[in-house]
Amino acid sequence: MDDLKLPDINYAALAPMLILFGAACLGVLFEALVPRARRHVVQLALALVALVAALVTVILVRDTRIVTIGGAVAVDGPTLFLQGSILLLGIVSLMLIGERAIEPGGSFVSQAAVTVGSQKDLKQVGGQPGATEVYPLTIFALGGMLLFVAANDLLTMFVALEVFSLPLYLLCALARRRRLLSQEAALKYFLLGSYASAFFLFGVALIYGFSGGVDLASIHAAVADPSRSEVLLFGGLALVSIGLLFKSAAVPFHVWTPDVYQGAPTPVTALMAACTKVAAFGALLRVLYVAFDGVRWDFQPVLGVIAVLTMLVGAVLAVTQTEMKRLLAYSSIANAGYLLVGVLALNKEGLSSTMFYLVAYGFSVLAAFGIVSLVRDSEGEATHLSRWAGLGRKSPVFAAIFSFILLAFAGIPLTSGFTSKFAVFGAAIDGGQTWLVIFGVITSMLLAFPYLRVVVLMWLSEPGETTPAVSIPGFLTSAALAIGVIATFALGVVPAPLLDLTNDAAQFVR
Amino acid sequence: MEQTVDYGHATGLLSGIWLLVAIPLASAAILLLLGKRSDKWGHWLGVLAVAATFVLGLTMFIKLGSLDEAHRSAQQSLWDFIVVGTQGAGGLHVDFGLLFDPLSGIFVLLITGVGSLIHLYAVGYMEHDPGRRRFFAYFNLFVAAMLLLVLGNNYVMLYFGWEGVGLASYLLISFWYNRPSAATAGKKAFLMNRIGDAGLAIGIFTMFATLGTTQYDEVFNGVSALSGATVLVMGLLLLLGAAGKSGQFPLHAWLPDAMEGPTPVSALIHAATMVTAGVYLIARSHAIFTANATLQTIVVSVGALTLLMGCIIGAAKDDIKRVLAWSTVSQIGYMFLGVGLGGAAYALAIIHLLAHGFFKANMFLGAGSVMHGMHDQVDIRRFGGLRKYMKWTWLTFMMGWLAIIGIPPLSGFFSKEPIIVAAFEREGWTAWLYGLAALLGAGLTAFYMTRLFVLTFHGPERYTEDNKHPHESPFIMTVPLMLLALGSIGAGYLMSTSVPDWLEPVFGQEEAEATPVLAHWLLTTLSIVVTLVGAGLAWALFRKGTALAPEPAGVVVTAARRNLYTDAINEAVFERPGIYLTRALVYLDNRGIDGAVNGLAAAVGGGSGRLRRLQTGFVRSYALSMLTGAVLVVGAFLAIQLGWLA
Repeated sequence: MDDLKLPDINYAALAPMLILFGAACLGVLFEALVPRARRHVVQLALALVALVAALVTVILVRDTRIVTIGGAVAVDGPTLFLQGSILLLGIVSLMLIGERAIEPGGSFVSQAAVTVGSQKDLKQVGGQPGATEVYPLTIFALGGMLLFVAANDLLTMFVALEVFSLPLYLLCALARRRRLLSQEAALKYFLLGSYASAFFLFGVALIYGFSGGVDLASIHAAVADPSRSEVLLFGGLALVSIGLLFKSAAVPFHVWTPDVYQGAPTPVTALMAACTKVAAFGALLRVLYVAFDGVRWDFQPVLGVIAVLTMLVGAVLAVTQTEMKRLLAYSSIANAGYLLVGVLALNKEGLSSTMFYLVAYGFSVLAAFGIVSLVRDSEGEATHLSRWAGLGRKSPVFAAIFSFILLAFAGIPLTSGFTSKFAVFGAAIDGGQTWLVIFGVITSMLLAFPYLRVVVLMWLSEPGETTPAVSIPGFLTSAALAIGVIATFALGVVPAPLLDLTNDAAQFVR
Repeated sequence: MEQTVDYGHATGLLSGIWLLVAIPLASAAILLLLGKRSDKWGHWLGVLAVAATFVLGLTMFIKLGSLDEAHRSAQQSLWDFIVVGTQGAGGLHVDFGLLFDPLSGIFVLLITGVGSLIHLYAVGYMEHDPGRRRFFAYFNLFVAAMLLLVLGNNYVMLYFGWEGVGLASYLLISFWYNRPSAATAGKKAFLMNRIGDAGLAIGIFTMFATLGTTQYDEVFNGVSALSGATVLVMGLLLLLGAAGKSGQFPLHAWLPDAMEGPTPVSALIHAATMVTAGVYLIARSHAIFTANATLQTIVVSVGALTLLMGCIIGAAKDDIKRVLAWSTVSQIGYMFLGVGLGGAAYALAIIHLLAHGFFKANMFLGAGSVMHGMHDQVDIRRFGGLRKYMKWTWLTFMMGWLAIIGIPPLSGFFSKEPIIVAAFEREGWTAWLYGLAALLGAGLTAFYMTRLFVLTFHGPERYTEDNKHPHESPFIMTVPLMLLALGSIGAGYLMSTSVPDWLEPVFGQEEAEATPVLAHWLLTTLSIVVTLVGAGLAWALFRKGTALAPEPAGVVVTAARRNLYTDAINEAVFERPGIYLTRALVYLDNRGIDGAVNGLAAAVGGGSGRLRRLQTGFVRSYALSMLTGAVLVVGAFLAIQLGWLA
């Protein structure tokens, strides 16, 4: 019998993930050891340091192009770019999560186990410091996402999927106010997420049956071999895509999105809208471009129909929403459709423009949810649209920021929304997918309506008695807002550096 | 004469050109973002930013002068601004690029030099205004935009700055937005500028369509290959843009109304810098304008017509700032005349532009000082004898007055007289037409400027009841006046000897001296005589003061008081048809387009409402919808693959 051989491990390439997982474990320890009063500061500092350290590591190893740990993890251009994006967006999300100036104690419940409506619950709403477990959970989630976009075999990808999903389910349940809604959202997300994971896993099994392996390179080789069973191949491909499309919030696997976005604490919603999108699309890109590009002509039309449905359903349903977070959820669904258009270009530009779009959208959406967390009264956030009437009179600065972000979502020039849509649509036309672009433009026009309706509501309506004043944000939220707005503007005016970066990075290793 | 344009690269000190735009822009951003927190020191930051830009600009200017003549330019590409497709194959590639050459260098010095003095003056002038910080923020924004306009190395950058100064000008004209007249004037300026801006934009599109580029060097080198008609259209569109920004016929009506803004604004934007952007545009595009003789004739005609119109109307106005504004319109007419004549006259127009920048800013600030001491009274019929109370303002204003009417050896003489001579150098009867127009303009200018000066500073006192005690302005306002007066005295001679050589790399070698239809000395004498006659006539008429209110007058004066009926013409030609067109379109829109749009909107809304019901909130129905989706997706894959659909 042969000796057991350990696979080669390139620790430098894995360092960003190792840092995050290490920091998360350390965070759990701190939770037990550090006195309660100091935990918030310590945990927040640890989390920020870990994210920054991981980001620096990603930058240091930027030229790595390697498949390591026996083919389980691929560290290449797209991996590093997406990891960097997740970390950057994660840092900004963490600022929103760590904010405690807007609401005494922060937006998280102090003890999740307290019964809703009980005496203890009333007391915790009154300003007990929020749970600090959110920091290790966030770091675990972000670590999982880093692994998800780097996973080079389907089983690693599945493990990563669970590693980042489970903390997110928990985080969704931790809202300080409207706790029943929050818990319901978490439960829905968990049930449907497990359901989708089951599809994914079943798909992996079929693919294994088809190719005899789970790593993307051997699947790629097997796809080229005409003697294998096509039923297994396409059944497997379909089920694996479903698992990934669920996380990307594509129709008809989007149903969880509005409920979960609405119920989750707003900083967590921001985290999901920005980082989870990057992770989900990163994995989808890798699977489709690396493993299944041999059958691109077969999956392009099916996923194309899904992209069109996603854009249409997101845009049409956004029109009648009356709740700000649900409106942003449908907008995020429609944006998943635009991202799919970029993915389905199936060329180098498709890859680079999708990555550009993910970053651009991530920063805008973080700023949008940052503003949502500020518009509040004594009952918590005022998310009903009617409450936003006349906000421009009461707090012109924040209304102006929000209007700017909405214009970016609508794709107005001089914002990142324009450049990123332009990039994905251009790539899709180069890739011969003009029909997707036609639907993309039509739905963009539809989507402009709900966005502009909010702008009109904020500026042209008289403030009602119920229009809340906007809270003065603390340093963390201000910083997050500033970063989001500056990025949205800068990527609209000077997109070239980032476009060049995505272009240089747009090459998978196999 | 063919010459290829080839700009050098920015190295060393000159690679910091971007700072010229960035410094005032940063200052504007700081002032706007910090809000009230910077109220205490904001105005000093504003002054400092522009002064620092001036110092930087000056060192770069000197550095530029040390380069050898063939490569006296520095081009810098900061980043790709607009990239669509590949250039040459129908794509567009626009750099965010800057160009520092002798022409833009001169403008940088004018904008930041005169700008610094006016900023300093405004510290005093706006002292009691609660919006002083906001004022300086807009002022810095204007300087940044204007510098971008003159420093861009392609037409898109120029357009960027062009719109930027338009915005800043709008914000500053309607700075006192709670005065209805100011708000209306701001809107008028904005709308009339739109017409010109649209022309400029379409002109740039034409360049892109025919030449595939908007970079200065590539456009200029490519013009010779274009057909005459294309050049004519391109040039006319650019001219429309230039006329809009510079207040030339037929888009001149906004400029006098723009005097509703604070006086430093009138001095900086609507006299010294922004309104000369049109002259800059034509001078910069000289390769296009020189390529077509018809085009040049049109520019000359616009200039000549406007310069006469401005003089005639200026002679009938009673508002001190409006007289100066119409005089600006007329003086820019001289500059257009100059750039239209082409050849050596390009440099002459630029010299006049610079000289005008000094003496007009000088007089505007002087007018502001008068208003400051007279409780914002602007009617010259209610001034008189102010020289006793405002020694410095009187003295400095006198320098500006002597300069603008062209008394040697003040600057106006050295800058205006050559343009008149150049107009007489054209061929055939046009020499007489344009030459005499320019000469007549000189006489009229002398007349109305003398009228303004005499009625304000000499003669009997005709103050209103609440204005019995005029007083001199504070030091911080008179010092810039003195410096500008020095410029009005000396700048003309200095520039007339140095600027033509300095601009040679831009406009090319001076051609052989053309001969005017009259002898040179005769023309010079004539222009001085005409000036003296005009000034003497005005002095004799107004030495003893004038009626306290306008009296009924003959046809010519009434017409001049009514702006030669150009407003009425505007109303008849543009406003009324515009209103009818709008009504017709609104009708069409309500009945036709809205019907279709509303129907579509109703369909979307209805569909949305129905689809929404699918979002029940029950996790079981969500799971069911996912399952259905999964079955469909898997089914579709297998169907396509196994040929069930085919």
